[in-house]
Amino acid sequence: MKKGILINIAKALLLARWRQTLVAATGVTFSIAMFITLLSFMSGLNDLLDGLILNRTPHVKLYNDIKPNVNQPVNDVAAFKDKHNFISSVKSDAARIAIYNSGAIMKNLDLDNRVLGFTPRLTAQIFFNNGSTEITGALNGIDPIKEAKLFHFNEYVTSGDAIDLNNESNTIILGKGLAEKLIASIGTIVQISTSNGERFQLKVIGIFQSGLKDFDDVQSYTSIKTVQKVLIKPNDYITAIDVKLKNILLAPALAKEYARVYELDAEDIQTANSQFETGSFIRTLISYAVGITLLVVAGFGIYNILNMMIFEKMDSIAILKATGFSGSDVKNIFIYIAVSIGIFGGLVGLLFGLIISSIIDQIPFVTAALPTIKTYPINYNPNFYIIGIIFSLITTYFAGWFPARKASKIDPVIIIRGK
Amino acid sequence: MNQIILEAKHVNKYFEDPVRIKVLSDVNFTINKGEFVSLTGKSGCGKSTLLYVLSTMDTAYDGEVLIDQEIMPKSNESFLAKIRNEKIGFVFQFHYLLNEFNVLENVMLPGLKLAKFTKEEIEHRAYEKLRLLDIEKLALKKANQISGGEKQRVAIARALINDPHIIMGDEPTGNLDKKNSDLVFDLFSKIVTELNQTLLIVTHDESFAERTNRIIKMEDGRIII
Repeated sequence: MKKGILINIAKALLLARWRQTLVAATGVTFSIAMFITLLSFMSGLNDLLDGLILNRTPHVKLYNDIKPNVNQPVNDVAAFKDKHNFISSVKSDAARIAIYNSGAIMKNLDLDNRVLGFTPRLTAQIFFNNGSTEITGALNGIDPIKEAKLFHFNEYVTSGDAIDLNNESNTIILGKGLAEKLIASIGTIVQISTSNGERFQLKVIGIFQSGLKDFDDVQSYTSIKTVQKVLIKPNDYITAIDVKLKNILLAPALAKEYARVYELDAEDIQTANSQFETGSFIRTLISYAVGITLLVVAGFGIYNILNMMIFEKMDSIAILKATGFSGSDVKNIFIYIAVSIGIFGGLVGLLFGLIISSIIDQIPFVTAALPTIKTYPINYNPNFYIIGIIFSLITTYFAGWFPARKASKIDPVIIIRGK
Repeated sequence: MNQIILEAKHVNKYFEDPVRIKVLSDVNFTINKGEFVSLTGKSGCGKSTLLYVLSTMDTAYDGEVLIDQEIMPKSNESFLAKIRNEKIGFVFQFHYLLNEFNVLENVMLPGLKLAKFTKEEIEHRAYEKLRLLDIEKLALKKANQISGGEKQRVAIARALINDPHIIMGDEPTGNLDKKNSDLVFDLFSKIVTELNQTLLIVTHDESFAERTNRIIKMEDGRIII
């Protein structure tokens, strides 16, 4: 009952000055709408840029690095075991570049329930022979089905079908830049040579475009079997296993575990791409800062309008206090006014934010670097909407609190005698 | 039945700004239930100041004010608000109605705040008061659509809504013409005789004061009769 009457008075005061109220609410609406739009767009862009690298990067990469052997024979000789041995001219050894016992490792990864999936890979440095010119390139042996499933490989193949790598032997998918250099299109036969001097002829069945030019200028894909054939290696010869995890945050810990258990090198995604997280974080921070600034400005608008309202309604406040409304009752009335502006303006703002976001989502955004993107990216994360409405309530509450406190301190005697 | 409703004991008050001036000096008096008292005196004699001290709205004074034989504290703002709500009705020179509400809602407002009765009962009681003051037909009009005399009658109805111990008036006829002044005086007399209501009215209108039961006359912050 008591609360009801305060809310009724607040409502009457609000509706009596509905134009001012509307202006105040519009300020909140505008800032919340902008806040939502900005965050959705920024976060969509973040996801896009992260996806550009992170989607294609294994969470843990298992491989053998080219590096000097840490177990030098002299250290195993009993006589020198306790001594500090200086060995000069140690050379890196590339003989162990293949992953030994790869079949057993893959079988184990299959059973590991932290692992979403993995794909074996085999990379060879080759030359593309274009008449008398040789163009350096890398030939990646992949499993196209698994690559498509785990790393969205098929999304980057702009013409042709990646699955054909399995269906037809001696086939290749070229990077867009590479294809342009070789003047190759689907159906063209390209000639490659290995560092050992072996020559092969492969048929182009697709072109891919990753969006990273340096990458597209060098890389090409074929099946693992083809690379094994090119390198004259047995069919369990692979140089890397790309693992995708169910939980990306486990990557550093699992990388260490795999390195120890399988006795090879393991690199996790966080170490390999730490700069991306930093970039995303900064962008998100900027969006929040701008959004909050807008809200604070709207808060000052509400503060002004309430101050004016209190000035106009001095008499009403005085009589309310004379007839038995306490200072805190008067304060609550004005806080109700402020918060209802916040709720109303905030909810309309959320709606407008959603509308503006979905309009941006429809704007065409075609760029050669990002073949899979057709419109501007938007992230419709419900958390933004929750944060938006909470922020609008907090700012309007504080914007109302100061004028309300002023109103609660009005001395009715001064107002009434002042006439 | 001489039940004391309002009592002032050794009330002293100073104005501090710009210099310390004594405005009330050792004011002592009592008002019994059912009395129609007018407080008169020249402009600046401290009669309004005394009224606001007695009303609990002004707490910067020395001495004691007792309402219904209860000493009023000087610092408990919400307790005093409750006392004003329940035990005192006010009629000012200006009506101070809330323009956002209609006449009926204005009258009901202190009743809703007290919340002693349900909303329906308060509405019923408000109609009774309006009928008593002969302004029932204005009930659903907005407060800014009625005349000055009517507004003052609505203010009286609002003062009556919680059946207060005492109604205090600060120049309630000061802003009205002769005809409306007489009407307001007649209504005051009516509520004294019919409802046994106690009234304390500050006025400088001699003809108004002469017609009341008792006159308290002030001069230079003292009561002289």
